[in-house]
Amino acid sequence: MASAAEAHPEPRDVILSLKGVKAHFPVKAGVLRRTVAQVKAVDGVDLDIYRGEVLGLVGESGCGKTTLGKTILQLVRATEGEITYSGAEASADLTKLSDKELYAYRKRLQIVFQDPHSSLNPAFTIFGSLEDPLTKYGVKTREERRKIIGDLLEAVNMRREYMDRYPHEFSGGQRQRIGIARALSVNPELIVCDEAVSALDVSIRAQVLELLMRLKRERNLTYVFITHDLSVTEFICDRVAVMYLGKIVELCRSEDLFERKLHPYTQALLSAIPVADLDRKSNRVVLEGDVPSPVNPPSGCPFHPRCRFRQDICKTAVPALKRYAIDGRDDHYAACHLIDAKEAAA
Amino acid sequence: MALADIPRRRTRFDRRFDRIRELEEAGRLKHPTGSRLLRKFMSNRLAVVGLVVFSIILLAAICAPLLTPWDPTKINLRAMLQPPSWEHWFGTDKTGRDVFARVLYGGRISILVGLGSAVVSAIIGVIVGCYAGYVGGWFDAICMRVSEIIMAFPELILVLMLVSILGQSLSNIMIIFIVGGWCGIYRLARASMLSLREEEYVQALRSFGLSVPLICFKHILPNALGPIMVNITLSTAAFILAEAGLSFLGLGVPMNIATWGNILNVAQDLGVLQNNWWIWLPVGTTISLFVLSVNFIGDGLRDATDPTQQG
Ligand SMILES: Nc1ncnc2c1ncn2[C@@H]1O[C@H](COP(=O)(O)OP(=O)(O)OP(=O)(O)O)[C@@H](O)[C@H]1O
Ligand SMILES: [Mg+2]
Repeated sequence: MASAAEAHPEPRDVILSLKGVKAHFPVKAGVLRRTVAQVKAVDGVDLDIYRGEVLGLVGESGCGKTTLGKTILQLVRATEGEITYSGAEASADLTKLSDKELYAYRKRLQIVFQDPHSSLNPAFTIFGSLEDPLTKYGVKTREERRKIIGDLLEAVNMRREYMDRYPHEFSGGQRQRIGIARALSVNPELIVCDEAVSALDVSIRAQVLELLMRLKRERNLTYVFITHDLSVTEFICDRVAVMYLGKIVELCRSEDLFERKLHPYTQALLSAIPVADLDRKSNRVVLEGDVPSPVNPPSGCPFHPRCRFRQDICKTAVPALKRYAIDGRDDHYAACHLIDAKEAAA
Repeated sequence: MALADIPRRRTRFDRRFDRIRELEEAGRLKHPTGSRLLRKFMSNRLAVVGLVVFSIILLAAICAPLLTPWDPTKINLRAMLQPPSWEHWFGTDKTGRDVFARVLYGGRISILVGLGSAVVSAIIGVIVGCYAGYVGGWFDAICMRVSEIIMAFPELILVLMLVSILGQSLSNIMIIFIVGGWCGIYRLARASMLSLREEEYVQALRSFGLSVPLICFKHILPNALGPIMVNITLSTAAFILAEAGLSFLGLGVPMNIATWGNILNVAQDLGVLQNNWWIWLPVGTTISLFVLSVNFIGDGLRDATDPTQQG
């Protein structure tokens, strides 16, 4: 059994490293608007994102995926923890930077949103929406900006002329592609795709996924791919992180997620996928109860109130995200006391 | 029965639609250019009528010296209370002043008070409201408290109080209207901002590190502009009526300046009301027409600025 402290066998280029990242939102009440509680949307995430990979981020609704994505871009300021970006020219802990200093890193990290209807400004043409970031990043003449935006639209399989149209003239899939074009406009290295295909129907979804993968190859991108659709992760992700109540409970290669899952929550999550394959033995694990509130997360392991295997230790001690070696590979992380207990018994 | 079979009166929209389809089939339909807002506004008949009436009254007031030879303040005791004639189109009042001239020159002041106060209070309200709504924090909290205090006073009492403190003058009336008027638009702008700032396109702009004023005033504000425009027109109308009301009570613009309200003031006299209709009827009609046209413009603007409406 390898421990998390051990060096990675094949050291890879880390683009973004998160250490103990927390994002809490104050809940205010009363006349004086005093803070009465904290929504612990992201509650201690450790994660290394490698250059060039597609990292899936899955979990139930409300577990803090979007908030983590926004924290990576510092759209939501982290309450605690470090987010270290390492680039060719510069590296820095983004959480320590002021808004002005962050500016230098803004163009390296971009985001594509979930809702194609609110992700484009209805009052502007596509050109009008995409123009200002370009101006800000030094494209001074209008002709140049028009050329760049036209090229971007072509890169996402759309016609150049569309730049003079308004968002309401486009379908959901087209808007989503425009959203991708916008994220690409500053040549980022990492793009957070927040449920970028969830709102699309299946055929369009495949199209947009293909597009994302092509762009990744062409432009050497890294994706953090937030989704609650596990079939999508299998299709495009290299690694998958499973989130539960603001914490990462399991992190592994996406091919390992289905066959070699360790955490009881992952098992439950996977068994909830409807399977068309009749041979695949379906031993459905039905989760008891509801997701606890992120305002008052359970003590110890956040999953213990719903876990079938819980033991006394789960109620008191918070399990750390540890590395396990399975079938000769040791890049599988999970946060569960029971795995240790099983190991000890074996 | 299919929907198309139901007999229905063909409207001008059907004709327009047919024309557009014809053009499209002939492959000659160009993608419309020019201002979309203007196009949408111009296709609203009532709004255009409003705009025409508004412009006529406004132009007439501005060009008053060209339209009438009379001086609105010149007292002529030999021509008191004359009914309309070729010489005095709207007759004369109790001191022999030409009513037509007074309506025109009074329009200058009344429109200045109404439109001026509305525009200035809207500018203040929008700037403060957008910024406060977008950034939140202590600035927002203070503005909110101030506007609550102002709005908690009954409007008339506030006006009476301020008139007695500041004294009666044209600029004081405008200051009073602005002080009382910005809160409404501030709250409107702030409320729209609070919901719009969570939209994903705003998050996207933030992720590029664009500056707060740029995001706030250039990118978000146009989406909140519809209700704000409507509010500006409504408060223009309200301020004109308020000026008329206050002047009618003798508390508005000083009596020696002709305004629509001051002209109406004489209708307090029952004798005038019953016997000299030409003193109050034309100015009353002008006020109503103007207020109505401003409201029509407001409606047209609301539809035109609604980005989800086709045009
Ligand atoms: N601005 C905010 N203020 C207060 N609470 C927030 C805020 N944003 C998110 N939350 C809370 O944080 C928690 C996590 O929200 P988040 O949007 O990150 O979930 P998610 O995993 O993206 O869910 P979904 O799959 O539905 O998109 C939720 O309980 C949510 O109510
Ligand atoms: Mg989300």
